[in-house]
Amino acid sequence: MAQIALPFTPRRRPPNPWGTVLRVLLYVALSLIALFYLAPLAVLLLNSFRDNETILRESFIGLPSEIVLDNWRVAWGSACINAECTGVRPYFIASLVMVIPATLISTAAGLLNGFALTKWRVPGADLFFVMIVLGVFLPPQVVLLPWAITLAQLGLSNTLVGLGLVHVIQGACFTTLFCRNYLVNVPGDLIKAARIDGAGFFRTFWRIILPLSPPIIIVTIIWQFTFIWNEFLFALTFSSGQARPITAALMSLNADDTGVSEYGFASAAVLIAAIPPLLIYFFGGRYFVRGLTQGAVK
Amino acid sequence: MDAPMRSQDDVAPFTPRRRQVSRRERLTASLPYAVLAPTLFTTFVYIFVFVGWNAYLSVSASTMLPNYRFEGFGAYIDVWSNPRWTTGVRNLVLFGILYIGLSTFFGTVLAIMMDQKVRGENLFRAVFLYPIAISFIVTGTTWQWLLNPSTGLQFFVQSLGWESFRFELLTNRDTAIYAVVLAAVWHASGFVMVMVLAGLRGVDSDLVRAGRIDGAGTVTIYRKIVLPTIWPVMISVLIVLLQFAIKTFDLVLALTHGGPGIATTFPSIFIYDRMFAGGRLAEASAAAIWLLFALLLVLAPFILIARRRARQEAR
Repeated sequence: MAQIALPFTPRRRPPNPWGTVLRVLLYVALSLIALFYLAPLAVLLLNSFRDNETILRESFIGLPSEIVLDNWRVAWGSACINAECTGVRPYFIASLVMVIPATLISTAAGLLNGFALTKWRVPGADLFFVMIVLGVFLPPQVVLLPWAITLAQLGLSNTLVGLGLVHVIQGACFTTLFCRNYLVNVPGDLIKAARIDGAGFFRTFWRIILPLSPPIIIVTIIWQFTFIWNEFLFALTFSSGQARPITAALMSLNADDTGVSEYGFASAAVLIAAIPPLLIYFFGGRYFVRGLTQGAVK
Repeated sequence: MDAPMRSQDDVAPFTPRRRQVSRRERLTASLPYAVLAPTLFTTFVYIFVFVGWNAYLSVSASTMLPNYRFEGFGAYIDVWSNPRWTTGVRNLVLFGILYIGLSTFFGTVLAIMMDQKVRGENLFRAVFLYPIAISFIVTGTTWQWLLNPSTGLQFFVQSLGWESFRFELLTNRDTAIYAVVLAAVWHASGFVMVMVLAGLRGVDSDLVRAGRIDGAGTVTIYRKIVLPTIWPVMISVLIVLLQFAIKTFDLVLALTHGGPGIATTFPSIFIYDRMFAGGRLAEASAAAIWLLFALLLVLAPFILIARRRARQEAR
């Protein structure tokens, strides 16, 4: 027995000094680059616990001498944005109210479309696919004015419903592309078998496609949520007042020059706006990466 | 007894059932269209009607409000005599080249470093990739604070005692555009790293081993074996970065607001200002169409390459 195991025991190589030096250098380099990536987030986080006078006196980069929790309270509940001193809370809620339904609806539409395009022989599917790809790449400035006029005619100007509608329609292109690329790899035989058994479109979708789709559903939800939450141009153009998503509201917080800059609670406000996508990124990181490498490669 | 029963079975129940089946099949066949119809309709409107509408506005007499009287193609030429537009275009070209080039370079270098069986790979990857989850507004605002001489790095180093230290990347009109590049590369290079790393993991390790046995050096192996394998990944990375570059708007707005002066203005900012502050709808629409042309022109070769590759693979 021992003799059989012998070839599998790790062979000790003679130590290679060059290799060791190179590996140490590799880790040093990676750690330094990691610090560079982390620095902005770390500085923001530290500043959100420093009081504004200290920041103004000692620069934006520094450790808190005492932990000030007030910044977070002010940023959330009483900071002034466009002369409305409500903090970022209403805008944060507005973002949630708009982003969650838009994400879910566009994801559901994308999955159904992807199924119809790949697994159900639809003449003209290729043409539709080209349109979808065009929709993904179209610069938003080209449709900004028609959107603004259309929303006004629908009576949806400056409402979260209108903004959500824009994101659902625009997002459907993206989600359809994503889901199509995933469902293309589902074996056609499965669908054929179901059809021979007499299953219709929705039955096949419900019984076969949906149980196979959790990975792509999670990936699509993560990406749609992150994208719509972070989107700025449409949010800025198609919203106003308290019905404004937080990403757009942040600009007013910064643009408001009333003499003294309030970096402490501004840092907290910026972090609050970054927290939902960051949470999704850290908890769904595996799927986030999978979405990147799967969806975008094709 | 047996014979008539069989004949009844054969004839009577079958004819009506067949008609039922065909009706059901027709319904089933039309269902995918019913499912696709809403997206088909909205996407058609979104792409053809809206772009056409915008194109018509660009040749109309619109100023503050849409005016559908035909005016001519003057707006297309007029924008080119506006320094805000020409500076914006120049910035976009410079920014696009540097942003795409540097993000791809650093991302690839990072991916190669990460591919050396690094311990804690997941941790490093999480750190390098997180910026892509953060909005351009947050990115721009934070970098603005860090690079602003009166609050950020310069003030910090000066307060440490080096009083003559100068770091005015953001406030110098000749260098402010590089501050935008810096923030954008910070935002995107982790994304490139993850994509290239996934490509590198797809490289056939047997092929690499065979190359090593044949005495090929590291550079030769990367050039002859690795690069051809990750080429499709590189194309997708370039396409994604290209459209990020052309759509650049919020990052600049938060970081420099187009300044100092108009030093870092971008076509997207010009369009937005003309549209909602300048009251020049026709000119804004014409500029947007120029932007669309630029995107199509730059994307076309990549899409053609990608299509040709896909067709070759299919064979």
